[in-house]
Amino acid sequence: MPKILYFPVEDREIFEALSPGELILIRGRLLGARDATHRRMLELLDQGMDLPVSLEGECLYYVGPSPAPPGKMIGAAGPTTAYRMDPYTPRLLELGLAATMGKGPRGPEVREAIKRHRALYLATFGGAGAYLARRITSVRVLAFEDLGPEALLELEVENFPAVVINTPSGEDYYQEVLRRAGSLG
Amino acid sequence: MREIPSTEIAKAIARGLELAVRELPQEVEKALQAAREREDYLLARASLEILLENARLARENGLPLCQDTGIPVVFIRMGEEVRVRGLYAAVEEGLREGARRGYLRASVCEALSRKNTRTNTPGIIHLELAPGEDLEIFLLPKGCGSENMSRLAMLPPAAGLEGVKRFVVETVLQAGANPCPPVTVGIGLGGDFEYAAYLAKRALLRPLGNLHPREEVARLEREILEEINRLGIGPLGLGGRTTALAVHLETHPSHIASLPVAVNLQCHAHRMVRIVL
Repeated sequence: MPKILYFPVEDREIFEALSPGELILIRGRLLGARDATHRRMLELLDQGMDLPVSLEGECLYYVGPSPAPPGKMIGAAGPTTAYRMDPYTPRLLELGLAATMGKGPRGPEVREAIKRHRALYLATFGGAGAYLARRITSVRVLAFEDLGPEALLELEVENFPAVVINTPSGEDYYQEVLRRAGSLG
Repeated sequence: MREIPSTEIAKAIARGLELAVRELPQEVEKALQAAREREDYLLARASLEILLENARLARENGLPLCQDTGIPVVFIRMGEEVRVRGLYAAVEEGLREGARRGYLRASVCEALSRKNTRTNTPGIIHLELAPGEDLEIFLLPKGCGSENMSRLAMLPPAAGLEGVKRFVVETVLQAGANPCPPVTVGIGLGGDFEYAAYLAKRALLRPLGNLHPREEVARLEREILEEINRLGIGPLGLGGRTTALAVHLETHPSHIASLPVAVNLQCHAHRMVRIVL
């Protein structure tokens, strides 16, 4: 059975037992954010203001769902590419953010910050928007409604599948994959 | 002259776009099934299982396959005997209506202000003339996880086919997990700067996995596909044998001093609809 991770997480100790490439299931709350959401959050911080929600122990899911058709709670809701959030991530990890989830590798500065804060980076299944939507049990706009598909969201999830990519000890599963195949130069 | 009313075009595009984001083309689904049989690594199989399940759910539940319902790319081949009043306006109208009716995400914004246009338009429209009186339209809602990983190089002719291959394989390697592999690789070889890029995208319109009719081009496609699948990136970059489903290469003569090569990557959900009016 895959391990279950609960967010917001109270004790990050559980992160230490995770291996790169391990499939896990998430229960609890995710905060949904993507490019414009990040830009807005950092603007607030730069102005010395508080974020609309505390990031302590939270997992930021890089997602901008498609609109919910009638009778549905949410549209497709798979991950977006994570590196675009790299310029913002170290600062958010400093504020207590415990994990991020998207798809694709992170840059060296984010990997370093993940290690420094004993945080976690997870990937979920890119392009599986209809499948992943079924693991979301509720959705609510927390802030920045004017950003439309890039509003800050609160998502409740049940057994939301993800793969461990960057661990607190500095491992990187994507690099491991390429190393194993002999494709890393 | 055959006159096609612009309302008919708008209607067909709206319907086509709705369909394109929900229904994975059959040949893509088959290619993903075949890939699943080839993979023995757990995460590779699990990923492909999920993608196939996703295709089924999208079709049955009326949800888009992916929340990135793309920027609409439209290729139009218009017969020289066809007359349409207000073609571009009709296409945009169809794209807006399709996005609204199909609950597509508004994924298009102004380039400078980054302000969302809220309509998922304007689209990218390419128009070619052809003999005859058909109007053929390809709709390619293009996600940008893959689009962002595309590259173009003006190689020196001395780089030769080896240089071309190296550039393409390097592009897929650098892209890694980002474009949601297994990808379809569109390559434009020759022409000039912008025509190579145009060919790379147009190459994606070919039914998945159909090799180029010219044997020397088909051979190059096969060789590049093999090399890409040796990279080990695998489905969603989580490791495995299937990094690409197909390589489609289109060529055009170029200047004697020039060897342009463009690589346009398409994600595993190679969404495309062909409409003939």
